[in-house]
Amino acid sequence: MAEIKYIGGYPEYMRKIIEKVEKTREKRLGYTPAAMSMKERDEVLKIHPDFAPGGKREILVGPNKGERGSNEVVDLLEAYPLVDAGDIDLSRVDYETKILIIGGGLAGTSAALWANDKGIKPQDILLTNKLRHGDANSIMAEGGTQAADREVDSPDLHFLDTIGGGHFANKPDVVRALVEDAPLVIKWLCELGAIFDREANGDLVEKLAGGISRRRMHSCRDYTGLEEFRVLRDEFRSREISYLEHYPVIELLTDAKRVTGALLWNLETGEYKIVKAQATIIATGGYGRLHIRGFPTTNHYGATFDGVVLAYRVGARLRDIDAVQYHPTGAAYPLQIVGHLLTEKLRGSGAQPVNCDGEAFVYALEPRDVEAASFIRECYVRDKGIVTPTGLRGVWLDTPLIDLKNGRGFIEKEFPGMMRMYTRYEIDMSKDPVLVFPTLHYQNGGIETDPWGKTNIEGLWVAGEVSGGVHGKNRLMGNSTLDCLVFGRRSGIDTAEYVKSGNKKNSAKLTFDHLKIYVQSLKEAGVKPTRRAPILLPDYRGKAALARMIDVF
Amino acid sequence: MEEIKNPVMDIIAEANRSATSGIDAKDIKDWITISIMGRAYKVPADLTILAAMEYAGYKFVRGVGCRQGFCGACATVFRKKGEYKLQTGMACGTRAEDGMHLAQIPFTPAEKASYDLTKEPYSASVLIKYYPEVARCVSCNTCTKACPQDLEVMDYVQAALRGDFELLATDSFDCIQCGLCALRCPSEIVQYHVAQLGRRLYGYYGLGVPEHLKKRVEEIEKGRYAKALDTVIAFSNDELRKQYVGRDIEPEQ
Repeated sequence: MAEIKYIGGYPEYMRKIIEKVEKTREKRLGYTPAAMSMKERDEVLKIHPDFAPGGKREILVGPNKGERGSNEVVDLLEAYPLVDAGDIDLSRVDYETKILIIGGGLAGTSAALWANDKGIKPQDILLTNKLRHGDANSIMAEGGTQAADREVDSPDLHFLDTIGGGHFANKPDVVRALVEDAPLVIKWLCELGAIFDREANGDLVEKLAGGISRRRMHSCRDYTGLEEFRVLRDEFRSREISYLEHYPVIELLTDAKRVTGALLWNLETGEYKIVKAQATIIATGGYGRLHIRGFPTTNHYGATFDGVVLAYRVGARLRDIDAVQYHPTGAAYPLQIVGHLLTEKLRGSGAQPVNCDGEAFVYALEPRDVEAASFIRECYVRDKGIVTPTGLRGVWLDTPLIDLKNGRGFIEKEFPGMMRMYTRYEIDMSKDPVLVFPTLHYQNGGIETDPWGKTNIEGLWVAGEVSGGVHGKNRLMGNSTLDCLVFGRRSGIDTAEYVKSGNKKNSAKLTFDHLKIYVQSLKEAGVKPTRRAPILLPDYRGKAALARMIDVF
Repeated sequence: MEEIKNPVMDIIAEANRSATSGIDAKDIKDWITISIMGRAYKVPADLTILAAMEYAGYKFVRGVGCRQGFCGACATVFRKKGEYKLQTGMACGTRAEDGMHLAQIPFTPAEKASYDLTKEPYSASVLIKYYPEVARCVSCNTCTKACPQDLEVMDYVQAALRGDFELLATDSFDCIQCGLCALRCPSEIVQYHVAQLGRRLYGYYGLGVPEHLKKRVEEIEKGRYAKALDTVIAFSNDELRKQYVGRDIEPEQ
């Protein structure tokens, strides 16, 4: 086979298509395609994976019975537990804690710190992690965190932007909490020593993003989540709060009415442990690794929907679980980074989507669902996409425009993470465009809460991506890290108050009674016991190796 | 009722099959051989070390995290064909090459100090107090060579010793805390923990809380926006839509 010749990271044939992008670049520098009308938006959304037929079905059991969700999601809601209740000895408690936090991303770690601030001792909090403390989507957040803290901005404008972006389906009381606390959590991070991008006078740098009406995006280069998280983790470790790693929760425990603890499983040795807790916070993040509709994902390895599965079995109500966010700009080339995130901040800084003829075919900052659908249409309906050597299609994101608009060296300074990702594959994104296609990004809906993260089940709180309501049907950029920080804080404070005021204390029983009911309902609905959940991790082992595997240990 | 399938969605799913459900040998033309912890495996060419190991049959519970270069979980040490040099990188961002020998590093058992920022002075002495070994730097630059982010690690260690917090923060900012610098350091310095403390001191003392942010938090606490929020939260859906469509958009800077 003839060797493919690569020039600057691209095969020769793609290089020829790039020439068309270069030819029109100067003309496009002063040109912005018009934003779509509401009617045009509706039209293009027909091809969005959420609305294209064949992806969803009705949920047969549980509190949201009769509502619809993605097949991959409903598969896990309609799955049997990993363990048989009778095989687990609940009489020996391994850890007794006041507050159990499941999941150590931004939300869980914030919750721990605020509970500690409210008087709960470090040894009375237990944070469990499926993988390492910080293996979370939080740490991968690139673009920023929203907070209305400039004179021309206000929390009520942030409220309107969030609700409009969510297609008016958001739960208003939690959105209010989100926007009202936003400046406070940014201040909290500054006081803990987080380094946000600053203007020369010390003010915070604030940028626009898709669907927001004021510049209010706070960033830390393109490592916003990393900086926010590692500061919180450092503080958490300094306070010596208890935590466990590689210990996923595989079932909650209840006394039939309220959540009283959890069943932990050592991911490496297989041994189980029993935790008894007065209050439990689920902060397990989202579901990108379910690869809904066969899309690649921006999410971390452990984003497998565990928290919702566990909470649903104890009767927690879900909302907006049918709404999946596909980020418009996932990498489509090279193969090694397919699905990885290219931050919206690139388009916010002037990068333009361009088709194979070098045309700017869409306004760059439509809401994420509209933008993503327009890319799919360009590639698969209008046939104006670019085909990669492995048969994927994508459109160009013309990144060299950023330096042309903002001055040379801007990309390198503002997007070191993005530059690094492409440099590894010999592509210089400040000189050449990069190929993008929508990628599975965010769980818009989840477990319903009140403004303090409290669910309809006593003893159970949730925070972060696992929750539903605050983003409605579509989350805006910069509202996910904010969601984690605000509702991590609120759930930490609320659980602290709950355990301080409570007389429920430690007489609570630990049972699997809720599971018996759930399993019964699965049987009654005719669900065959072929699926088990939570799945904990995706499986990417090669088909050839799997076909000859003997499971001995 | 049976739903109509969407051909576009099926085409997209099929094109992404390798990335979403494990690679099928029949889709692969080019192959290489790599040695994983001393054992040879034939794997598809053009994969990252992480994906190549998965193809070989490894299901990770350690040495894997975000898979995209942000979390620092998949530190790997490797040697290329015909070379004597041991190199380091992240398994998620390093291409597997024919003849490569490799092993993953599951954990770095380095100690992190406990401190309260607000009770420390803004001086290099803090870094030396909590991480005294930082003074043992022999300027060998091994840390810099080990860094998968290509940071100037030795330079920031020297900046730490001089108390140049701004340079320390700037040069170490893209650190993903994978631990490779510390594992390679002959002076037993834990560079990434030193940098974390240094950055926080710089953020707390060097930058502080900006005035406009302090002011806004005070205003919210005093209830300046309570009425406006009471109003928007009470809007009907129609009124919300009207307000949303009618709101003015601030131009780009």
